[in-house]
Amino acid sequence: MHVPDGFLDAPTSMATAVVAAAGVGLALSRARRELDDRTAPLAGLVAVFVFAAQLLNFPVGAGTSGHLLGGTLAAVLVGPWTATLCLTVVLTVQALLFADGGITALGTNITLMGLVGVWAGWAVFTSLRRLVRSRGLAAVPALAGVAAFASVPVAALAFTLLYAVGGRAPIPLGELVAAMVGWHTLIGLGEGFITFLAVGSIIATRPDLVHGARSLVHARALEIRTDARA
Amino acid sequence: MGAGLGSHLHIEGDSLVHRLPAHVKLVALVSFILLVVALPREAHLARVAMLLTALAVVGLTRVRWRHVLARLVVETPFVVFALVLPFVATGPTREVGPFTVSHDGVAASIVLLLTATTSCLMAIAFATTTSSRDLVRALQHLHVPDRLVQILAFMVRYLGVVGSQSQRMKVARESRGFAPRSLGGWPVIASSAGALFIRSYERGERVHLAMMSRGYDGRMPVTDPLEADRRDWARGLAPTVLALLALVWVHAA
Repeated sequence: MHVPDGFLDAPTSMATAVVAAAGVGLALSRARRELDDRTAPLAGLVAVFVFAAQLLNFPVGAGTSGHLLGGTLAAVLVGPWTATLCLTVVLTVQALLFADGGITALGTNITLMGLVGVWAGWAVFTSLRRLVRSRGLAAVPALAGVAAFASVPVAALAFTLLYAVGGRAPIPLGELVAAMVGWHTLIGLGEGFITFLAVGSIIATRPDLVHGARSLVHARALEIRTDARA
Repeated sequence: MGAGLGSHLHIEGDSLVHRLPAHVKLVALVSFILLVVALPREAHLARVAMLLTALAVVGLTRVRWRHVLARLVVETPFVVFALVLPFVATGPTREVGPFTVSHDGVAASIVLLLTATTSCLMAIAFATTTSSRDLVRALQHLHVPDRLVQILAFMVRYLGVVGSQSQRMKVARESRGFAPRSLGGWPVIASSAGALFIRSYERGERVHLAMMSRGYDGRMPVTDPLEADRRDWARGLAPTVLALLALVWVHAA
C-alpha cells in the first residue's frame, strides 16, 4: 500500500501533502487529551509497536503471507489522534530510513493510511459501539475487527480517487475501482480478523489499556483483604 | 525480518556523503525527488539522466552494491504494477511482438519505473549514510514540530529493542513447536501481537517515568546543533541543481 515516487503527478502529491500536514497539525494539538504529558514516549513506543506488528507475517496459505496495516488497531488501542501521529511517524521512518514509500508521496501515504485508514476505522468503530452499547466489553474486539475490515477498502477507494485525479496512465476508472476495492476487501478480511484477535487478547489481560473500551471498564478500587483465609 | 531491525540500515563510513551534515542531505533529498517527480511525462531522457545522477550518488557513498540491491527489494510490488500497466491502460495501442499494448500505458510504466528507482536509490543513499540520531537532529534543525520529532526519536531509539523482543517471542513460539503454515496459526500470532502491544506500552510508561525523574519537562534539549557551511550546501545540493537544470532544459526544448 506504500505509494512510491512518480506514481501520482506533482500537483496531486503536493495537495495530499497539504492535507496530511493539516491533519497531523490538528492531531498534534488533540493527542495531548488522549495521553497528556506522556504523549512523546508512549506514542513513540506505540509507533514502534505498529511498525513491528507490520513485520509480523500471517500465513495465508500456498506459501504466501500477509501483514497488518494497523491503522484501526492503533486507533482502537490508543485513540485516533495518537494513532494518526503514530502512523505518520511510522510512514516517515519507512520512507527516510527504509526507502519504503516515496519521499514526495509521503503526504499521500499519510493521508491514505494515517488519516483515511485511521479515521474511517475509528468512525465505524464508534458508530457500531453506539449501536451495541448494552453488550459491553465483550463486543469491543468484534467491533474493532469490523471497523478494521471496513477501513481497508475505504483507504483503497481513497487511493483510487487520487489516482483518477493525478494518475499518470489512463486506466478506466470503473475497472480500477472494481479491482482495487475487490482486492482490498479480501485484504480487509484478514486485517479485520487479526485486529479482532489482537484486541481480544489485550482486553483479556489489560482492558484498561484499550482506548476504545475505556468508557466500558469500571474503575476498580484496590481491595485490601485483612482476614487471611485458611 | 524482525532480527536486524534498525541495525543494518546505517552503514558506517567516511565518504563524502557520510560527512555531509544530515539536514543538508535531507533538504537535498526532498528537493531532488520533488524536481524529478515534476518532470513532464515525455522527458524520458532527462529521467535517465536523473537515474544516473542517483547511481553516481550511491557510488559516492562507497556502500557495497549488494547491500543496495537488497534494499531495492521494497520496490517490487510497484515494478509488478508497472509491468501490468501497458496491458490495462486504454488509449491508442500498438503491437510489440505478440502483444497489443497501450501507448500511454507503456509511457506511464517507464515513468513509474525510472522515477521510483531514482528516488529509491537516493533514499537508500540517504539512509545508509545517516544515523537515526542524525536524522532526529536534522528534523529538529529544520523546525519540524517538536512533538513529532520526539515521537520519531523514541521510535528509532526503541526500534531495535522492541524488534528483538518480537524476535524473542518468535523464537519462544517456535521452540514450543509452533509453525506458521495455515490460518490456524493466526490466533497465536495475533495474541503475540497483543502481548507485544502491552509490553511496548508498559515500556513507554517506564521510559516516561525514568525521564521524569531525570528532569524531563516535555521538551528535548538540543545539545549538539548541526552546522553546515557554504561548501556543504554546494556539495549537498549538486544533484538538486542538476535536476533543476534538467527541468529547465526540458521546458526550453
